[in-house]
Amino acid sequence: MGKKPKLKEHRINRNWCKGCGICVHFCPKNVLELDSEEKAVAVRPQDCIACKLCELRCPDLAIEIITE
Amino acid sequence: MATKDYIRERFFPHMWCPGCGHGIVLNGLIRAVEQLGIDKSNIVMVSGIGCSSRISGYLDFHTLHTVHGRALAFATGIKMSRPELNVIVPMGDGDALAIGGNHFIHAARRNIDMTAIIMNNRIYGMTGGQYSPLSGYGTLATTAPYTNIDHSFDIVELAKAAGATFVARTTTYHAQQLPDIIKEAITHKGFSVVEILSQCPTYFGRKNKEGGAVEMMERMKDNTTPIGSKAKQENQSLIERGIFIKKDMPEYCSEYGKIIERAMKGK
Ligand SMILES: Cc1ncc(C[n+]2csc(CCOP(=O)(O)OP(=O)(O)O)c2C)c(N)n1
Ligand code: SF4
Ligand code: SF4
Ligand code: SF4
Ligand SMILES: [Mg+2]
Repeated sequence: MGKKPKLKEHRINRNWCKGCGICVHFCPKNVLELDSEEKAVAVRPQDCIACKLCELRCPDLAIEIITE
Repeated sequence: MATKDYIRERFFPHMWCPGCGHGIVLNGLIRAVEQLGIDKSNIVMVSGIGCSSRISGYLDFHTLHTVHGRALAFATGIKMSRPELNVIVPMGDGDALAIGGNHFIHAARRNIDMTAIIMNNRIYGMTGGQYSPLSGYGTLATTAPYTNIDHSFDIVELAKAAGATFVARTTTYHAQQLPDIIKEAITHKGFSVVEILSQCPTYFGRKNKEGGAVEMMERMKDNTTPIGSKAKQENQSLIERGIFIKKDMPEYCSEYGKIIERAMKGK
């Protein structure tokens, strides 16, 4: 508690992701992109501040932020 | 517990369209229940018919998927027989306020302890984009190709006037406020109404040239403001969000319990 959580990984469920782009557009740090199959991927994980907004806004429960 | 502990994974990926706001409501509702730490087996979710109502199938609570517009009537029966359970009633705007409008005002008037969540996408999503009582004047729908001339309800005003003792509004864009408000609504003893502005990119968005889910959510950010904000005073067209009413009033099941006691004593 009190300490900022540090990112371990973006766990993205490719079978559930429908490529709506919500997580990509609203990420404050521009960490995510859609790949050639229209699935979300973390292309700049080093910039992630683990705010979990992507996780909370995903309509498909397809993205989870795992912290240390 | 993790999100997965609250859902019926076998039904995923769910049937909602890409970017459908109803999925964000599902997401926020899970967070709310998780944070409250309520046992899944003490929750009954009752829904009617609509894309929104499909939410009950995805959640691993006790669930009833009933008939269009009548979820609150079924929920009333459950709550009256098992008042100790938490009853949550997610509804579509058509479900709650067109066909179900009468049930809605009377459940509010009775102040029966349950949480009504209105997933307001301003359209009949499930049946192909007909206008609803929330579409609003000037909008386009499959059944209003030359624009809708019906004026819309204001769910918050309606719920307040009908007697709901907890009334709040948020949107699918406001992903942190959403679970917070649901938590307060569930905890409140009495009839709680939470309006959640939700996007239907497939029908409302497309018909009204509002773009996709992302653009519709940008609009929710731009068109809403916290209750009583300075922005609201300067721009009356902004939609307020937050908790409008939270007050204590005798609750229906508790009052009914007292009637039973009185009747048993014969006076
Ligand atoms: C008694 C009855 N009348 C009409 C219908 C057809 N019907 C199914 S869903 C629906 C409206 C859905 O709109 P809404 O409640 O706003 O939910 P959404 O799909 O937009 O989430 C209608 C009219 C029905 N199933 N039952
Ligand atoms: S918000 Fe969810 S469904 Fe949409 S692109 Fe991101 S991970 Fe995929
Ligand atoms: S946790 Fe926050 S910063 Fe990290 S990817 Fe998600 S939205 Fe972006
Ligand atoms: S039709 Fe609209 S409300 Fe129904 S699932 Fe698709 S986007 Fe959601
Ligand atoms: Mg609707």
